[in-house]
Amino acid sequence: MIHVFKKEFNGFLHSLIAYLVIGVFLTAMGLLIWVFPETSVLDYGYADLDTLFSMAPYVFIFLIPAITMKSFAEERKLGTLELLLTKPLTDWNIVLGKFLAAFALVVVALVPTLIYYFSIVELGNPVGNIDTAAIVGSYVGLLFLAAIFCAIGIFTSTLSNNQIVAFLLAAFFCFLSYTGFDSLSSFAGSHALLVKQFGILYHYESLGKGLIDTRDIIYSLSAAGLLLLFTKVVLGSRLW
Amino acid sequence: MGNKSTFKLFLQAFKMSLTVTNLSKQYGQQLAVDNISFSVEQGEIVGFLGPNGAGKSTTMKMATSYLPPTSGSITINGLNVVEQPMAVKRIIGYLPEHNPLYLEMYVHEYLQFVASVYGLTKKETVKRVGEMIELCGLTKEQNKRIESLSKGYRQRVGLAQALIHNPQVLILDEPTSGLDPNQILEIRKLIKQISEQKTVILSTHIMQEVQALCDRVIVIHQGKIVADDLLKNLLTGKKEQVVLVVEWDGAAPLSAIESISGVEKVEMDKHLCRITTQMSDEVRAAIFRLSTDRNQALLSFKVEENTLEDIFRSLTITSAAV
Repeated sequence: MIHVFKKEFNGFLHSLIAYLVIGVFLTAMGLLIWVFPETSVLDYGYADLDTLFSMAPYVFIFLIPAITMKSFAEERKLGTLELLLTKPLTDWNIVLGKFLAAFALVVVALVPTLIYYFSIVELGNPVGNIDTAAIVGSYVGLLFLAAIFCAIGIFTSTLSNNQIVAFLLAAFFCFLSYTGFDSLSSFAGSHALLVKQFGILYHYESLGKGLIDTRDIIYSLSAAGLLLLFTKVVLGSRLW
Repeated sequence: MGNKSTFKLFLQAFKMSLTVTNLSKQYGQQLAVDNISFSVEQGEIVGFLGPNGAGKSTTMKMATSYLPPTSGSITINGLNVVEQPMAVKRIIGYLPEHNPLYLEMYVHEYLQFVASVYGLTKKETVKRVGEMIELCGLTKEQNKRIESLSKGYRQRVGLAQALIHNPQVLILDEPTSGLDPNQILEIRKLIKQISEQKTVILSTHIMQEVQALCDRVIVIHQGKIVADDLLKNLLTGKKEQVVLVVEWDGAAPLSAIESISGVEKVEMDKHLCRITTQMSDEVRAAIFRLSTDRNQALLSFKVEENTLEDIFRSLTITSAAV
């Protein structure tokens, strides 16, 4: 697993993907938080990072599928998947290696946003007047969200050998799983809460309050785990 | 008695490097490999010959545990490919068709990656990568990206990765396809060199390749084995029809030739006379006698050899008609 992880991560660094992903994410976030007047923290007046945590999932809906789209689709197209699958690696080694590499790249892109936190700590009046617990919770939520998105992207990448198809499917499913259930819940009548709980948004918001609830953690881990299991099944079926 | 023969079979199986039993593979409606069985002894170089789409690659993919067989079994050094895929993958080296490579990687980096996947330690990795680079003639290219290499060098990288863990069984799917004649000769030399202590199975549709490299040939056509024999038996064993091509000084004495006993057919091909017979020796002697009797010189006399190409064609075309 570690070998596949290293190879994938080095692959991101070799190609422009890693720098583009980090660059695009930080530029988009920076503009939204500090520059655009509608969303800027400076104009907003409250010392919090709500803009980051409400906008980052939407940026991830496009960025994460872009990271993961090539993971299996390209290898299938180029035939290198045959190379990988005939090496002494289990299907799990390959799936987890690729998943963790994509996730690690997202984490690397997120780390510099800690600067925003420290900036706002300094900008608060009095200095340090910020709800740190909520921010920690939001970061945890964002990491779980990124993990689910990565798992969705890795899974859709096994469905086609066309990267564009993999990207579009992943972006669609990320969007659906993030806000789709929330929107659908208004049709569900008395079961609204149940439908809402299937979506990521419900758990993300709950973590964002600063309360790290085991239910939310279990939800996130099982969602990502299930998607990776699907990936492994598709990979094991060799349906191509 | 019964026990003894079972023991013999067991011993035989132990000697076998690769055994394929009643193997079939179905893709939807199409039967790509149809109930084939063969075994390869340790140290043998076997050529897998067949037209495109005959099922060569599919068989190899099943042997390397890339594709699951529909039915039948494959064992490599006594290990079942379906039941113990990890153990099998460790002892085989595989060069897939079209030689897929991670083009964005450097030669060195790629070989190190493959070595680490096989669980070689750091020290072994450095040693083996160095050895492979030297063996495969990649010294000058080792610090280049694979995408910048020519096809011949890429093929060497493909062979180097297949050999890095010193596998006992080497499976090469069309190792020389798409190369120019010089590169083909180099790659063949390399395969010959590395195959000394290994069991090698290589697929090809090029006859010369089989003649240059293999001890034994398995001809596969439409998913079935149509011939499985030592190369020399295939080339000489068939004592069937022979075509004698004779060029006479002046008009060929057709009626006289036809009256020679054993001659089946006489045709004129421009100024060459093609005589079909099953009794080559007798007919050839008779023709020389005829030539001296009539005082008509023979300008050329050739026996058309039963080349592998002819055998291949006859095997794969006749069985297509059946």
